[in-house]
Amino acid sequence: MEIEQIEILEFLKRHSPFQELPAGQLLQVALSIDIGYFKAGSEILRFNAPLNALHLIRSGAVETFRRNGDLYNRLSAGGIFGEQGLLRGGKVRFPASALEDTLIYFIPNEVFQQLFDENEFFADYVEVGDSERRKTSKASTQARADLLGATVATLLSREPVTISTDANVWQAAQLMTEQKVSSLLILDAKQHLTGIITDKDIRARLVAPGLKSETPVTDIMSANPVTIEQQQYIFEAMMLMLRHNLHHLPVVKQQHTVGVIAISDIIRFESQSSLYVVSRIFRQQTVAELQALVPDVHACFVRMVNEDANSQMIGSAMAAIGRSFKQRLLELAEAELGPPPVPYCFLALGSMARDEQLILTDQDNALILDNRFDPAQHNSYFQQLATFVCDGLAACGYSYCTGKIMATNPEWRQPLKVWQQYFQNWIAQPSAERLLHSSIFFDIDGVWGQTQWAEQLQQLVSRQAQKHPLFLASMTRNALSRTPPLGFFKDFVMEQDGKQNNSLNIKRRGTAPFVDLIRIHALAIGATDSNSFSRLQQIIAAKVLPQGRGEDLRDAFEVIAMTRIRHQAAALRQGSEPDNNVLPEQLSEFERKHLKEAFQVLSNAQKFLKFHFKA
Amino acid sequence: MLYLGPNQHDNPQAPGSNTDWQCYYQQQASQAKHPLLQQFYGAGMVAASTPISQVPLVAVDFETTGLSAADNGIVSIGLVPFNLQRIFSSQARQWLLKPRFTLTDNSVTVHRITHSEISSAPDLSALLPELLPLLAGKVAVVHYRQIERAFLAASVQVRLGESILFPVIDTLELEARLYRTRPLSWWDKLRKRQQLSIRLDASRSRYQLPPYRPHHAVTDAIASAELLQAQLSYRYSPDTPVGELWC
Repeated sequence: MEIEQIEILEFLKRHSPFQELPAGQLLQVALSIDIGYFKAGSEILRFNAPLNALHLIRSGAVETFRRNGDLYNRLSAGGIFGEQGLLRGGKVRFPASALEDTLIYFIPNEVFQQLFDENEFFADYVEVGDSERRKTSKASTQARADLLGATVATLLSREPVTISTDANVWQAAQLMTEQKVSSLLILDAKQHLTGIITDKDIRARLVAPGLKSETPVTDIMSANPVTIEQQQYIFEAMMLMLRHNLHHLPVVKQQHTVGVIAISDIIRFESQSSLYVVSRIFRQQTVAELQALVPDVHACFVRMVNEDANSQMIGSAMAAIGRSFKQRLLELAEAELGPPPVPYCFLALGSMARDEQLILTDQDNALILDNRFDPAQHNSYFQQLATFVCDGLAACGYSYCTGKIMATNPEWRQPLKVWQQYFQNWIAQPSAERLLHSSIFFDIDGVWGQTQWAEQLQQLVSRQAQKHPLFLASMTRNALSRTPPLGFFKDFVMEQDGKQNNSLNIKRRGTAPFVDLIRIHALAIGATDSNSFSRLQQIIAAKVLPQGRGEDLRDAFEVIAMTRIRHQAAALRQGSEPDNNVLPEQLSEFERKHLKEAFQVLSNAQKFLKFHFKA
Repeated sequence: MLYLGPNQHDNPQAPGSNTDWQCYYQQQASQAKHPLLQQFYGAGMVAASTPISQVPLVAVDFETTGLSAADNGIVSIGLVPFNLQRIFSSQARQWLLKPRFTLTDNSVTVHRITHSEISSAPDLSALLPELLPLLAGKVAVVHYRQIERAFLAASVQVRLGESILFPVIDTLELEARLYRTRPLSWWDKLRKRQQLSIRLDASRSRYQLPPYRPHHAVTDAIASAELLQAQLSYRYSPDTPVGELWC
């Protein structure tokens, strides 16, 4: 009689990464499993001992440890361990012991390796720690969604459909129907692009005026159409289409037409809606009208999440929207208050300056004034200007900064020379306390007016910071005040010391310490960029981190940032107020696993930071 | 012993923890007439002084048409080899059998094995050449030994003309040893709760072992193996002589 192993099979069907396996493979796993019982407190795996099976917890709970004895992870029923050891030489890397009476299912190494080789989901699940695999899986998402880096060529899926200048509209329409296209390029005898016709042209320029279908195509085509080079960015294509109100754009390569992109191609690529929001922001005439755009901003955010945009795209799109709100508010303020008495620069700080803005965000801003600024004469103007903008931003969903880092605060509305003094003091006479609330001043972006002043301040920081180890050490001490949790256990957040919490502030415990950490490395090498990913690029290029760590940081940051983004998008979809408090039960097992690994990368990076900057 | 029925008490050959099984196997290897039994005993048995950690074990579970071996038959057999470290469920075996006695509607309900499944199943005699070598040389582990030992003895007697006897470690009896000191009222309860499957599950839950669907031969065999590992890890050293555990 065929053996069934009902209990084992049923258990596998309830847990990732097994439940995702095809039925045949799942049964094969079930039949390969051996079992062992470990009473509470007993050793399951000893460091460096030979390892020949993946361990799956059938019941009970297990703790794994680092070599130095620190708790590495706590796992419950359905949890797996030993995978790192199997993938790296077949020896135990993280010793394990039973926290409760535990029943272990042993999946033989051969079966494990086979699953790992044959099943992509399984491999991804067990091996989020391996940066090579992570890179490949990430590369595929990026190809789909990285609007910032993708060129027009990636949107081309077919040869252009063309017709010659002597054809008539009837022939053109036949060809379009046959080829299932909505536009047709018109080429002259020398194969040069002379025009384009679209469905809409036939409707508006032939049918509506009552012309015959024998009318030459040249009569109704748009002559000398706007084109784009195939190596230009999709982003630029969108700008062209928006500016000229086009729905089709021929793509050329060295004067040779290679295809057409339609607005629908780009919509499929997404982020396009953020440009619509931006263009609408500049058409609004009052704060109330701007405020009415907030639902569109939220919809744009959710849509980008749904369409698998990465955190960099979403962050920069939201920052572009936030910047546009500021710029429009400043235009409106100047229209109301009159031109400024002396030149100024309006600064964005923190997440907006880093191009990492999300939905739930404080307004962090400041004003740099011309050195000729005279408080007696000019202060009242700039106070009103700042109040107008900050109140307007608050109305549009950017809540007032609780730390009062806003242009309305006289301390942060100062002439350039005072700002230079501020930065010199922070850097040359640092203390952790003084820098505690100042770290966001090291992420600055000029959004309006004399933006070169913002760049001057950045240059100052870039030159000075790397020369002041005490400054870097103080920044490091602050950065280390916020640590990631160890991971998840059952429905709790597991802290490093073994305590359990119900929820996790993903900003405070995840993205914020990450940003802090990256900023310090960036300051230490004199990088001038503000965006965390760009900073990481520079940090990797400067080779200040051990081989491969920079890439690990980038991938881990993306995992944490996307968890936060998805959490906020889920709240918006449900019509509730977005926040940063993630409940472990809201996460899939897959997400938990990835997140846990990402926290580990962060935790290790913090240790390295502490050591490196002698904090 | 508590669980020995009266007829076995009268039997001079009644096995128990004092039986010298190694010696018994040697004796039977030369006395048995059927080649299958000669081979079975010829594989030998460990000495009573062997530490349990060195003993090859096999958990066995029979699903039967009723509780008494005299007028009931075996409908399925599950077994799984194991030792103190590992239960080799990947080597587990299970068979459906055609019992010598008809299936009662009651036992159909219990085992979820139907008449039609049984009618195409082989008789135990066809299975013995496969089954006995899997038991040979190993100490059988059961939960409530009256079933497996008595049914196999009765069935083999009918088919080979000779009986079969082997040492078993009874996980139920090991539980009973632990709770023997409890007040008498508990015993009364236990007597009323001699439904075997419930008993197995209740014992398992004391060691935080998960509940399994009962009356599936191979699952029950695995369940007994897990229970013994748990009992041994909690209450016995790996050096415990097997003679203190078997009977």
